[in-house]
Order: sequence, then C-alpha cells, then structure tokens
Amino acid sequence: MMLAFLNIDWQTLADATALGAIYALMAVGIGLVFGVLRLVNFAYGQLVMAGAFALALASQWGWPVWAGIALCFASVLVLSLLMDRLVFRPLRGQSPAVMLVATFAVAFLLQSVALLWFGPLGKIASSLSSLNQPVTVSGVDIRKITILAVVVAIVCLVALSLLLERTTIGLHMRAASLDFQTARMLGVRANRVIGVAVLLSGALAAVVAVMLTVQNPLVTPDFALRDTIIVLAGVVLGGMNRPIPATLGGFAIGFATGLLGGALPTNQSQYVPAFVFGAVILVLLVRPGGLFTRRQVAERV
Amino acid sequence: MRRLLGAQELLGPAVLVIVVALVGTVVSTSNASYFIDALVKVAIVVALYLFIGNSGVLSFGHISFVALGAWTAGVLSVPVGEKPAIMPNLAHFLRDRATGNLTSLLLAAIVGGICAFAVGLPLMRLSGLAAGIATFGVLEITHNLLRYEESIGPGLNTFSSVPETTTLRQAAIGALVVIVVAYAYARSRFGRLLRATREDAAAARAVGTSVYRQRLIAFTISGLLAGLAGGLYVHLLPVNTESVYLDLTFITLAMLVVGGATSLWGAVVGALAVSALDSYLAVAENGTSLFGWHIDLPAGTRVIVVGVLMALVLILRPAGLTGGREFRIWPRSS
Repeated sequence: MMLAFLNIDWQTLADATALGAIYALMAVGIGLVFGVLRLVNFAYGQLVMAGAFALALASQWGWPVWAGIALCFASVLVLSLLMDRLVFRPLRGQSPAVMLVATFAVAFLLQSVALLWFGPLGKIASSLSSLNQPVTVSGVDIRKITILAVVVAIVCLVALSLLLERTTIGLHMRAASLDFQTARMLGVRANRVIGVAVLLSGALAAVVAVMLTVQNPLVTPDFALRDTIIVLAGVVLGGMNRPIPATLGGFAIGFATGLLGGALPTNQSQYVPAFVFGAVILVLLVRPGGLFTRRQVAERV
Repeated sequence: MRRLLGAQELLGPAVLVIVVALVGTVVSTSNASYFIDALVKVAIVVALYLFIGNSGVLSFGHISFVALGAWTAGVLSVPVGEKPAIMPNLAHFLRDRATGNLTSLLLAAIVGGICAFAVGLPLMRLSGLAAGIATFGVLEITHNLLRYEESIGPGLNTFSSVPETTTLRQAAIGALVVIVVAYAYARSRFGRLLRATREDAAAARAVGTSVYRQRLIAFTISGLLAGLAGGLYVHLLPVNTESVYLDLTFITLAMLVVGGATSLWGAVVGALAVSALDSYLAVAENGTSLFGWHIDLPAGTRVIVVGVLMALVLILRPAGLTGGREFRIWPRSS
C-alpha cells in the first residue's frame, strides 16, 4: 500500500538496498580506522577512487578480470599503508578536528594527483559491465550487481565480525577501540593493531571500488567523493564509536538516498541531498552521540 | 598603555594588508587580479578565524555564507535589462530591482549574518565531530538549493554581468573592515568568554558562561563577515555554485590552518602566504622562469603543492606558521 503510494517498485527497492550495502561497507572501513586511531578518514573515498582507476587501467590494457581486481586490491592496500605511515602516524594524538582537516587535505591532494595523471574526463572500467544485466527473480527484473553487492556486503560483514569476535587480533582491536592507552598497557601492540585496521579498511575500499565501478563505469578524479561525504554523515548519524551502529548508519543513509532518488520525479529528486543532510542535522541535534547508541552522559571532570 | 600595547595586534594584520594593496597598485593589470583575490581571501579566512579560532569548533559550513552573500549581491547587482537572459526564472520581487554596489555588499553581509544566526540557533549545541559533520551538511544543503533553485539566482549558470567593482581599493577596505571587526570582537568581553570555553568548557561553565550563547554570537558575526566577503567575491569574478563549494572550503581552511587558527595574525598571514604560493604556481602553470630556469608546471600542480604544504604544517607545526600567536613588536608586559 504504502510502497504503491510512494511509487516505489521492487527494482528501486533492490537498488536502494544495494546502495545501502555498499555504503555500509564504506562505513565499516571508516569506522575500523576511527575505532583504533580516533581519526575520521575523509580521504577514504580517494582510496576507492584509486582502486577504480586501477580497474579502469586494467581493462584498458586488456587484462583478465581477476588480474584487474588483484591490481585494484594491491594499489588500494599500498596506498592505505602509505597514508598510515606518512600522515596518520605523525598525527597520532592530535585532536580529532586537526586530523579531520589533515585527511581533508590528503583527499584533495590525491584527487589532484588523479586529475594530473588521468585528466578530468576520466577513464572507463568496462571489464565487469556484464554484471549490469538483469536476472528475473519471481517476475521482477533485478540487476546481477544488485544481488552481488548485497551478498558480498553480508559476507564481508560476517567475516569481519568473526575476525573481531573470535581471533586474538580481533580482541586486541576491540580493546584498543575501547581504551587505547589501557589496551597498550595490557600488552596490545599499537602499531600491529593499527596496521591491521588500516589494511582491513583498505581491503573494504577495494571491494567498494569493484562494486561502484560496475554501477558507474566512468571513473573520474572525483569518483566516490560524494559517496564518502554521505557515508561520513551516515557514520556520525549511526554513532562513530561502535562498529555496528556505524554500519547501520551507513546502510540507512544509503538506503534512504537510493530510495528517495529512485522514487521521486527528477524535479524533486534533485533536492535529495538537501533533504538527506537536513535529516542528518535534525538527528544530530536530538542525539549528538548517534542514533543507534546508548545515550551518554556529559563528560565529567 | 596597556590598550596601546594591545593595539599592536591590530597593527600587524592591518599594515600587512595595506602593504599588499600598495604592491598591487604597481604590478601589471593581469597580476593585480591575484592581489585582489588574495585580499578577498583574507576577508573570508578572517571570518573563519573569528568563529573557528576563538571557539575551537570546526566549521565546514562557512562557505555557505560566502555563497549566500555572493548570491545576494549578485542577484541585486545584475542590471535589470540583463536579468532575463541569465536568470529567466527569477522571482518577481528580485527581477525588477537592482541596487548600487555598496548597498549590495551591505545586504550580502546582512543575509550572511541572518542565515548564520538561523543555522547557529540549533547547531551551536554541537561540538567536535558532530559539529564538523553538521556544518558540512549545511554546506551541502546550501549548494544543493542554490544549484537548483532558479527563483533566487542563476542556478547552474554563472553570475555573468555582475559589475566588477571589487577593485584593489575596495578589496583592501573590505579586508580591513573584516579585520577590525574580528579584532574588536576578540578583545571584547564576548571574545574572551568564548576563548575561555575553548580552553576549558567545564571551567567556563562553572563561572557562569553559556557556551551555547557565546558560540552563537561568534557564529553570527562570522557569518556576517563571510557574507560580506562573498559579496566582494561575486563583484570580483563570475561566480557559480561550484566556485563557492568544496574547493573554496578546502583552500580557505588550508590558509587558516597553515597560518595558525587561533590568532588574527595567523589568519591574515596564512591567507596571504598561501595566496602568494597559489598565484605563483598559477603563473608557473602557464610557464615562467625562476633564476634562469624555465618552469612549466602541468595544470593541477597548485592543489597538490597546497595540499602537501597543509599536511606538512599540520604534522610538523600543528599550531601554524605563526604558532597561533598574535602580532607583537613589544612582548607582553606582565
């Protein structure tokens, strides 16, 4: 009833779910690094952009699909390790605002490197475009990538939560995100935990790069920039401190954006960003600590 | 005597701006535009400093007030005869009216101030990351609305035919006005209270300061100045929604951080230093020579150099080039 009234069909609903799934992965990637470093990585979208350019180059050189994906993972992982070594490590212990501004600078830096390297028109990553073809599920046409995105997101999230809950390094990471100082005193190795978090977050960026290039094969220097801004809002919306609220926030904002963008006519859907960010601000006013977290008391002195 | 020693904090920034303006008068006309641009940037960065520097709260949203100021001054200054050509869907009360230069700047400042007050009313309760993201949201909303709302401006088009009245003199006077207001604010009771909340919010509250009210006052004045700077900007070059969005946010924040966010002197030095570097690189992108070496940088180098500089300053000298201290010839006597 409600769905029919809002003029939402199953295709839109499925696409919104897929967008939510991809944004949830980005949210986890941002949240992992925030957990151990207290650093909001504004340059996360540029990691995704680098991976997308790797895919585009691979398809331009005529590489097979697996080699393209391997190149994507390799370049994103190397870039995230470099980012950690050159920027995050010297900034450890600075205030969150300083670190946010610093990653803002890194984001613009990487974007203009891409602009210099690949030009403003960008490149096409076409090797995986067959995934855009629809399959028919009980009378409804759904693109393969939509299903794949949801499945991959679920697999990644399950694997990640197993890692966090069932392994020693996962325990260390959870301890570090609760209280880094105390965790270190109890024998958690700071650099190792941070290294693992950065690598995991990079791997998620590579996965997101593959998904996004299938949906949008034209890779430009500002690829994934808008997505990052929206995901960041989603992460803060959900609650930055814990992985599950952050993931839920990312999913919620992706789902809402996809649904509104798909369901409204163009002369209204162009205002979706204003609407979404308006909603984000409203939520932040009511619950500054996040939507899905327990209410916190003011800091005591 | 104490008042006199305090006044030197105004002297440094003001003299620097006047010197830049005077140098601008002797260079060629094409280079003078870089000086005018630098002075307008000074105005924007000092407006940013007034809020961020004194409150310690990060704002990504100030460029929205610059944008709103630019829109106000731009819509009102395009000659009535040319309005239908670039703004066909303009609302009636704006279509048949045009104002003079000074009136448009004044209205730009007022609109910036009113909008900042309206936005700050709910938002100033937030701090830290939530404030950063929420002000980013304000920037996104403003950009989105200005881009598609054709009844209040050119939408996707560029503000052409705005009289280019921001000369070197006007830009310098504008920058000086902004600097004097920021100085007066920082030395007033309100500025001192706000800095107290920045240093220790709990202690400031304990002696009866309302953090919310002090931040709101600073945000409003800062929005007012940003609106004025936006008015100057639209009278300088043809503005569109993209030129008052992420790139300008990045470069002005970089200027503030590089100079030193916690002082007026830092804001002015940062704005001028980064402007100088940026303009030099812009010239170098078109080919120039330095000490006999021919330099021909590819387009896009500017942002890379400024980005690296900003990251380096944050890592090596987080308080900025000036160390976040005010300009002083004579040390503080205490």
